[in-house]
Amino acid sequence: MNDEPLLIAEGLTKYYGRRLGCRDASLELYEGEVMAVVGESGSGKTTLLQMLSTQIEPSAGRVLLYRMRDGSVQDLWTMSEPARRFLLRTDWGYVHQDPQLGLRMGVSAGGNVGERLMAVGQRHYGDIRATAADWLSRVEIPRSRIDNTPRTYSGGMRQRLQIARNLVTAPRLIFMDEPTGGLDVSVQARLLDLLRRIVAEMRIAAIIVTHDLAVARLLSNRIMVMKDGQVIEAGLTDQVLDDPHQPYTQLLVSSILPA
Amino acid sequence: MTAPVYNFAYLDEQTKRMIRRAILKAIAIPGYQVPFASREMPMPYGWGTGGVQVTAAILGPQDVLKVIDQGSDDTTNAVSIRKFFTRTAGVRTTTATLEATVIQTRHRVPEAALSADQVLVYQVPIPEPLRFLEPRETETRRMHALSEYGLMHVKLYEDIARHGHIATAYAYPVQVASRYVMDPSPIPKFDNPKLSNCPALQLFGAGREKRIYAIPPYTRVTSLDFDDHPFEPYRHDASCELCAATDSYLDEVITDDQGNRMFVCSDTDYCEHRRALGHGPIAATQKEPADG
Ligand SMILES: Nc1ncnc2c1ncn2[C@@H]1O[C@H](COP(=O)(O)OP(=O)(O)OP(=O)(O)O)[C@@H](O)[C@H]1O
Ligand SMILES: [Mg+2]
Ligand SMILES: [Zn+2]
Repeated sequence: MNDEPLLIAEGLTKYYGRRLGCRDASLELYEGEVMAVVGESGSGKTTLLQMLSTQIEPSAGRVLLYRMRDGSVQDLWTMSEPARRFLLRTDWGYVHQDPQLGLRMGVSAGGNVGERLMAVGQRHYGDIRATAADWLSRVEIPRSRIDNTPRTYSGGMRQRLQIARNLVTAPRLIFMDEPTGGLDVSVQARLLDLLRRIVAEMRIAAIIVTHDLAVARLLSNRIMVMKDGQVIEAGLTDQVLDDPHQPYTQLLVSSILPA
Repeated sequence: MTAPVYNFAYLDEQTKRMIRRAILKAIAIPGYQVPFASREMPMPYGWGTGGVQVTAAILGPQDVLKVIDQGSDDTTNAVSIRKFFTRTAGVRTTTATLEATVIQTRHRVPEAALSADQVLVYQVPIPEPLRFLEPRETETRRMHALSEYGLMHVKLYEDIARHGHIATAYAYPVQVASRYVMDPSPIPKFDNPKLSNCPALQLFGAGREKRIYAIPPYTRVTSLDFDDHPFEPYRHDASCELCAATDSYLDEVITDDQGNRMFVCSDTDYCEHRRALGHGPIAATQKEPADG
């Protein structure tokens, strides 16, 4: 393990026209660390996640540094587009809130999981399929469903498939936008359990957007609380949730996690 | 200065110049789809207006034109395109592959080896090989630009997962000069090997989609595959009942309403040529009854 940060962002700001999406957000994320971003709807969580994962360009604040596998630190915005896209589909993952955005709905589960392998040049069908089958088991999808498309999957299965599709290249960093959103409570619990186990096993760093403080509590080491496009409080998850300083955070904690 | 206005091969000189520029660019970047301002032609899109425009742009008075449709010179489509150029350009036409200087084709590559003084013009319905899995054009363009072709293999993966082997039989994707992935138009994959290292220039025209692309002479073209599922050109395991050819692509023809079938060369000129050289049917008794 390296004690330099994996990802450094400074002053990320995004305006949609004149509307503020997110202002002046900074963070440092370390290897294997799980960061939760919480806040109410419209507070800028997705905007921040998309800036961090280079899916949208910030209006201001272009410091976004990433420590590559070889130890070199790269500025993600001066990196060439092919190199950045390569990074995105090998060393990173992005789990969308809506699995339809993160999956190819017309392609079998095996094809969905195998895509990244093929994208990095694997050309042995049998190996690709075996790896895909293995990953399906790891996310608790029966291997017998490998040739079905996600259209035939339940919401929880789709989300687990999305996770397998992202993790198959053993990324070091994964972004997740409300991975448990829209799922039944029991399905959520199972997914959370799975996420916690996998993130710990693979020692993968993660930034997880959620408006559910219980999710943040369960999965994250650190937490950022957002309101009106700004980070208003940040720190170790247990500390922030047990002893919130900002009145807004206090409100959040008291309303969602009744004593 | 104005260009002389005359209508050799239907299109005005201005339009031909524009198409030739697209062709030159296509030759310079093998396999890359060059957009061009496709014109209305006096025939419906399904009739190969892309190929017709390319042919019109390269045709000269000395050229000898052959037009084939699924290997045959005498389908309505082939006949009417040939007539069109006879009328508008007055060029000589032929059905003999070896005599032609320009060959416009739909769905086949001639069996006879082509030479360096020939041009093969393909009619293309859908030029984008990635469209099957990625409908967004902005995205497919970026994928081509960055050589991100993993998706093509996803398509082949799906084939094997579903059928146990790569079932794609037509329009089998190729990579040109180790760079651009290209749709060879709906030719049978049997023809794919002929695209590679071919002495003739190969041009592809898609009218409705407004794209031209090319394989320059002697360019390496490889068919995509997996290590454990290598590309295999397919032909019926039979010989032509008219000329006994065992190396040509065969069509299965129903011969009567009892469902009797026979295999004959899809390339009618090739078949006739062989028969003229004395090759004949093997035996009339080898017709097999239809199953069921
Ligand atoms: N594409 C866009 N165009 C214009 N405004 C946008 C766009 N995306 C987000 N916004 C605005 O930016 C602000 C932050 O939105 P964002 O989607 O980041 O919030 P969020 O915290 O993810 O909300 P939710 O919990 O509902 O997903 C909101 O005011 C939103 O209306
Ligand atoms: Mg959001
Ligand atoms: Zn024959």
